Amino acid sequence: MRTILEIKSLTMDFGGLRALDHVDMDINEGEIVALIGPNGAGKTTFFNCITGIYAPTEGDMIISRPGKKKTRINGLKPNLVTEKGLARTFQNIRLFANMTVLENVMIGRHCRCSSGILGAVFRNRATVKEEQKVVEDSYMILEKIGLSEYVNEVAMNLPYGAQRRLEIARAMATEPFVLLLDEPAAGMNPQETRELDDLIVRLRDDEKVSILLIEHDMKLVMSLSDRIFVMDYGKKIAQGTPDEIKNNPAVIKAYLGEETDA
Amino acid sequence: MFLTFPIMVIRVNTVENVVEWRWNNMIIIGAGSFFLSFVWRYLLKKKETGNQKAKPVETDRVPLSQRLFEDHKIYIPAAIAIAVFAVIFPFVFSMYQTNIMITALIYVTIALGLNIVVGLAGLLDLGYVAFYAVGAYSYALLNYHYGLGFWTVLPIGAGLAALFGIILGFPVLRLRGDYLAIVTLGFGEIIRLVLENWNEFSFGPSGIANIPRPGFFGIDFSLRGATIYIYFLMIGLTLFTVFVVNRLQDSRIGRAWVALREDEVACQAMGIDKTKTKLTAFALGATWAGMGGVVFAAKTTFINPASFTIWESINILCIVVLGGMGSIIGVIIGAFVLILLPEYLRAFSEYRILLFGAVLVLMMVFRPGGIISNVRRTYKFEGLKNKTEMS
Ligand SMILES: Nc1ncnc2c1ncn2[C@@H]1O[C@H](COP(=O)(O)OP(=O)(O)OP(=O)(O)O)[C@@H](O)[C@H]1O
Ligand SMILES: [Mg+2]
Repeated sequence: MRTILEIKSLTMDFGGLRALDHVDMDINEGEIVALIGPNGAGKTTFFNCITGIYAPTEGDMIISRPGKKKTRINGLKPNLVTEKGLARTFQNIRLFANMTVLENVMIGRHCRCSSGILGAVFRNRATVKEEQKVVEDSYMILEKIGLSEYVNEVAMNLPYGAQRRLEIARAMATEPFVLLLDEPAAGMNPQETRELDDLIVRLRDDEKVSILLIEHDMKLVMSLSDRIFVMDYGKKIAQGTPDEIKNNPAVIKAYLGEETDA
Repeated sequence: MFLTFPIMVIRVNTVENVVEWRWNNMIIIGAGSFFLSFVWRYLLKKKETGNQKAKPVETDRVPLSQRLFEDHKIYIPAAIAIAVFAVIFPFVFSMYQTNIMITALIYVTIALGLNIVVGLAGLLDLGYVAFYAVGAYSYALLNYHYGLGFWTVLPIGAGLAALFGIILGFPVLRLRGDYLAIVTLGFGEIIRLVLENWNEFSFGPSGIANIPRPGFFGIDFSLRGATIYIYFLMIGLTLFTVFVVNRLQDSRIGRAWVALREDEVACQAMGIDKTKTKLTAFALGATWAGMGGVVFAAKTTFINPASFTIWESINILCIVVLGGMGSIIGVIIGAFVLILLPEYLRAFSEYRILLFGAVLVLMMVFRPGGIISNVRRTYKFEGLKNKTEMS
């Protein structure tokens, strides 16, 4: 199996607080990897560093796609990271609330299109064609993710579970090879969570994306993941298959310790 | 009520140097505010119940504005009527009316420009009038020094304004909301102060006079002829603006602007270059102000920095907000309401600003989306659905 995303010794300081402390991780092609840990462990910060929203204090992030040479993505702006093929969703849903569902997905297609101001004004054939294709592609994506009934609905009017799925649809529209999901099941009911489970597997198998997900729902994590990374207080405390993690004393301590605190 | 006390009740008569106490005004204000507070309560209540009622049926209720534009039976005759009215207007009405209409059309143009920046991209720009000034002064100065004609300067003025838009855009890339508003406000004032104080360049507060009206293949018009000419020129420019802005709005770039307004972080994470998108919004918005400025200079034949104060920016912003952010028709209506109403309300000139303020406050409370709120475009997929089902 080839490694497609490699993170070495990633460190992030916020003033005096070290939110990430020399974290290493690697993701292989076609893998579903979970990142778990108690609240405030630094999981979202980890995502923000990878996707260029924060500039990490230290560390290296390297992507190597089949047929292309290795590239470092440190210090790239978020839009360039997305262009390189890493797309994400947000823990606290960040849809374009007043745009329609379809438009949300069309925004995802933005970086794979090229028409400019002149094209917009003159509507030359290339622009019209591209626009048409964007609409069709976006609709296809919505169909795959099971949101086509909402196409023209304004995003903020969607039920909660559908909003979470729309975030995934929007991320998929950027044609990623690694999809980063930040607590995709948060706030979903059991039925919706099961559907999400199916969806994530389908994305990996049909769309050939590797998936890194942060999740608190242990049932989902255990059933989906090929490998699990565990973080606590900004440090990686364990990694392994679901079975290994279940019986890892350090992990049990981190989680139980949190419970006695609360 | 007590706040209005000093203004309304005490009047210092400067001629005779006595203080007049207008107690009867006090009574009127008292009764008036009492009554108004009732109306206010009633309207608020109505709004709340209205909201509750509207919720369940909202999905299948099409807004009136949208219905108007979709129903061809309504909008084609309406469009023809407006077109006929616009064409015969300068011949039927007096020159005074025509001039007011030209002013209104200039405001339509520049407000549509500001609509790109504020309504679509969500960047609160309080220094927009600076670009208007850039346009006006580029015509005045280029004509004064180099004798360049109106038609040559129109694109140059637009280009210069766009350049200034980018110059303003760079330092404010990281700012948003209130901070952005304050910096842009400062920028507008800087431009005005420069124009006011740099005498060698801009002739200072006394301004520039004798700016020629636009020519038409060397024909010299009478004053009336020139006014009518500018009127039609403005109609043309307005149509051009509507055409371009409409196409921009419904394009890859237009969507990026709206996404930027909705959520800057998500927008970048979805692969949109924030810098480029913001700068194009500033530049394209400024372009229209520049063109409006050139026409303004040609119309009044005299400009000075006093025409480009912060109040002008606020006025234009009011048009956009009142009309409906992001909605072209809304902004056009807003411009006509805000420019024509004060003209025709001159009789009540004392209370103009008061009325103006009251209308704005009422609008913000009861129709925060503006007169015509923006409706997102919908797409139909009947054909496509079959295609995917077959495959
Ligand atoms: N922008 C920031 N500035 C300062 N501190 C931050 C910032 N973002 C995160 N932190 C801190 O970093 C730590 C890790 O936060 P993070 O959001 O990454 O946790 P998390 O693992 O995603 O938690 P949760 O499960 O609750 O989502 C927390 O202590 C948080 O307060
Ligand atoms: Mg988090």
